[in-house]
Amino acid sequence: MKQKHRTVSRELAKCPTGIKGLDEITSGGLPLGRPTLVTGGAGCGKTVMGMEFLVRGILDYNEPAAFIAFEEGTKELVENFKSLGFDLENMVAQNKLILDHIEINRAEIIETGEFDLEGLFIRLGGIVDSIGAKRVVLDTLETLFSGFGNEFIVRAELQRLFAWLKQKGLTAIITAERGKEGSLTRHGIEEYVSDCVIVLDNRMQEQISTRRLRVLKYRGSSHGSNEYPFLIDEDGISVLPVTSLGLNYSISTERVPTGIAGLDAMFEGKGYFKGSSVLVSGTAGTGKSSMASSFVNGLCHKGTKCLFVAMEESYDQIIRNMRSIGMDLNKCVEKGSLQFYTARPTVFGLEMHLAMMHKLIIKYKPEVVIVDPISSFLTGGMGQDIKSMLTRLIDFCKSRLITTLFTDLTSAANISLERTQEGISSLIDTWILLRDVELNGERNRLINVLKSRGMSHSNQVREFRITSSGIELSDVYIGQGIVLTGSARVQQEARDRVESLTREQEIKSKQRELEGNRKSTQAQITALEAQLAALSDQEKVLQSQETARREAENLAKERLTSSRISKDVQLVSPNKRKRTGAKK
Amino acid sequence: MKEKTNEPKTSTKEFEAALKSKTAGVYTLKLYIAGMTPRSTRAVANIKEICEKYLKGRYHLEVVDVYQQPTLAKGEQIIAAPTLIKKLPLPLRKFIGDMADVEKILVGLDLRPAKVRKKAGDEQ
Repeated sequence: MKQKHRTVSRELAKCPTGIKGLDEITSGGLPLGRPTLVTGGAGCGKTVMGMEFLVRGILDYNEPAAFIAFEEGTKELVENFKSLGFDLENMVAQNKLILDHIEINRAEIIETGEFDLEGLFIRLGGIVDSIGAKRVVLDTLETLFSGFGNEFIVRAELQRLFAWLKQKGLTAIITAERGKEGSLTRHGIEEYVSDCVIVLDNRMQEQISTRRLRVLKYRGSSHGSNEYPFLIDEDGISVLPVTSLGLNYSISTERVPTGIAGLDAMFEGKGYFKGSSVLVSGTAGTGKSSMASSFVNGLCHKGTKCLFVAMEESYDQIIRNMRSIGMDLNKCVEKGSLQFYTARPTVFGLEMHLAMMHKLIIKYKPEVVIVDPISSFLTGGMGQDIKSMLTRLIDFCKSRLITTLFTDLTSAANISLERTQEGISSLIDTWILLRDVELNGERNRLINVLKSRGMSHSNQVREFRITSSGIELSDVYIGQGIVLTGSARVQQEARDRVESLTREQEIKSKQRELEGNRKSTQAQITALEAQLAALSDQEKVLQSQETARREAENLAKERLTSSRISKDVQLVSPNKRKRTGAKK
Repeated sequence: MKEKTNEPKTSTKEFEAALKSKTAGVYTLKLYIAGMTPRSTRAVANIKEICEKYLKGRYHLEVVDVYQQPTLAKGEQIIAAPTLIKKLPLPLRKFIGDMADVEKILVGLDLRPAKVRKKAGDEQ
C-alpha cells in the first residue's frame, strides 16, 4: 500500500510532497528516502514548508511523520499552524504525527571533552520507530551548531545523521538558515545533503515582498529551474509554476456571447471565442467596466461561472453601479455563478496577485475571468513584469479554455489609443476599443473592434450608449461624408427623415399623376378600339350586302340563259353558254 | 537574590530542597551514556575519579544508558553523549564530553571559583 502512490520513475523514486505546485516543479516530489535541504533567510517559510510536507503526507498519503523542532516549542507550533488550518493536535492524538521539541541551551552546557550526538540519534530513532514515521523534518540545524561550541564534532555528527536518515529510508526535510555572502547555509552543511536543495527567498521589490522558491539542485532528476513565486495563506503553501506553461494548449471554436446584442452582431452574431483573450481599452469613463459587467451579467444569469477580479472598485460599489444600468450582479453572486476578488494592486506584488488569481481559478473553476483594470497593476510593479505576469495569466487561462476579459485604462497622455502601456496587445485575441467623441457640446461613446483573431468582424464604428437597461449599440450616422454621434446624430437622422418624407410624398403625387395619365390614355385606347370595331362591322355589312347582291344577279342571269338554251341546247357548250351570258 | 532572608514565602519546594542540599553539600549527578563505548567508559571512570577526589561521601552518581532508557533521555533533553547533569545543587548544569577536562568540571560543579574557570578557558 505504501508503494502505491510512489512515483515509479526510471531515474529516481520520489516522495510526493502534496504541496500545491511543488510536485510539478520537482516532477514528482522530493527524493524518496533521502534528505532534502530547504534553505532561506528568516521568514521565508522554511518551517511552514516542512510542516506542510508532513501534514500532506499524513492527510493525503497516510504516512506518519515526525517534526523535530530545535527552535519552537510544540505548543507554539500547534498554535502557529492552526492559522493554516492544520490541526496538529488531532494528528498527534491519532498517532500520526509526533512533534518533538529538542531544547539546546548553550548556557547550560559545558563541554568537557569529546562527545557525540548519539542522544539525538536515539531520540530520533525512538520517535521514528514509535509511529513508523516515513517523513521527518528537522527544523533548523543552525540551533544545533549554535548549541555546541565544537563545530568539528557537530559537523561530523551531522554527516552521520544524514547517513542515518538515508539508511533508515526516511524522506527528510532539513531546514537551514541562509548564510551571508551568498552561501546557502551558514555552516556549509549543504555538502552533506546534496541530493536536493530548495532555496526559499523573500525579496522586496518596490516595497512589496514576494516569496519565491527555487529548486537549486536535484540529483538524478529533471526539475524546473526557474524561481517560482509561492504563497502562504490559510490553505498552506501554494507554489505556482505558471512560468512552465507552453504554447501547446488546444483551442475551441465555441463562442461566448458578449452580453450585448449589438456587439455580438459585430462578431458574426456569435460573440467571442471560448478561451480567447479579450481586451477592452479606452480612456476614462468610456464604459469599460460596464462592458465587462455586461459580459459577466449575460453569462452568469445562464449559470456560467465567472470570476471578477476588481482592482479599483469594491464589491459593493460594483454592485451598486451596475444596478444603475440595469444589471443585478448580486443575484449572480447569490446564485454562486459569480465570484468577486477585490484587492488593491499595491497590497501584494504582481506575482502574488497572479498567484491569488491562479488559486481562485483552480478553486472556483470559472469559465470566464475578468480583470478590471489591468492598467492599475502599473502602480504595483514594473512594465516588463506586468507583461510577463499577464502572459502567464493568459496562458494559464487559455490552457483551461477560460475566456479572459481585461479592461485597460488608456491615459489621456498616451498619444496612441491603439497601444497598451503594458505592451500586451500582441497577446490579445480580440481587442475592443472604446472612445470618446466630443461634438456639439457633448461627449459620446464610440466602439469599434480593433482586431479579432480567427473570425470576420465588423469594421464599423458603432455608437455605444449606457442606458438604464444596459448597454446598447447603434449605428453611427455615416453619410454625406461625415460621422455624427449622439444628439447630432439624432438631429441629422430627423433631418434625414423629414427629407425622405418629403421625397416620398413627391414621388407619390408624381405616381398619382402618371396613373391618371395612364388611365386617360387607356380610355382613349378603348374608345378608339370601339370605333375600330364599329368600322369593321360596317365593312362586314357592306361586304355581305355585296355578296348577296352578286348572288342574286348571278341567279337572275342563270335563269335568263336557261330560258334561251331550251331552244338551241345542242349547239352551245356550257362554257360558251356562260360567255355568251356574260356578253349579254 | 542570593540573600536567603529575602526569599519570598512562595518559594518552591525544589528551592527549599536545594537549600537543604547546599547546606548538606550533597551532589546529585546523573551521567547519561550511549552504550558501553570506549568514550562512555572513559567518561564514567573520569567522573568517578573526580567525585571520589572532591566530593567524597557527599554525592549520588547515577549512570544511565540512553539506549536502555530513551524516555528518560527525552525528558532530560539529552542530545549529546556522554552528558553529565548536575541536578543538585542548583543551578542545573550539563556537561558533555568524556569528562576529561577536570578544571571545567570543577568550575561547573562550583568547586572552583570562576576566576580559575576563566584561566582554564584561556589556557585552552
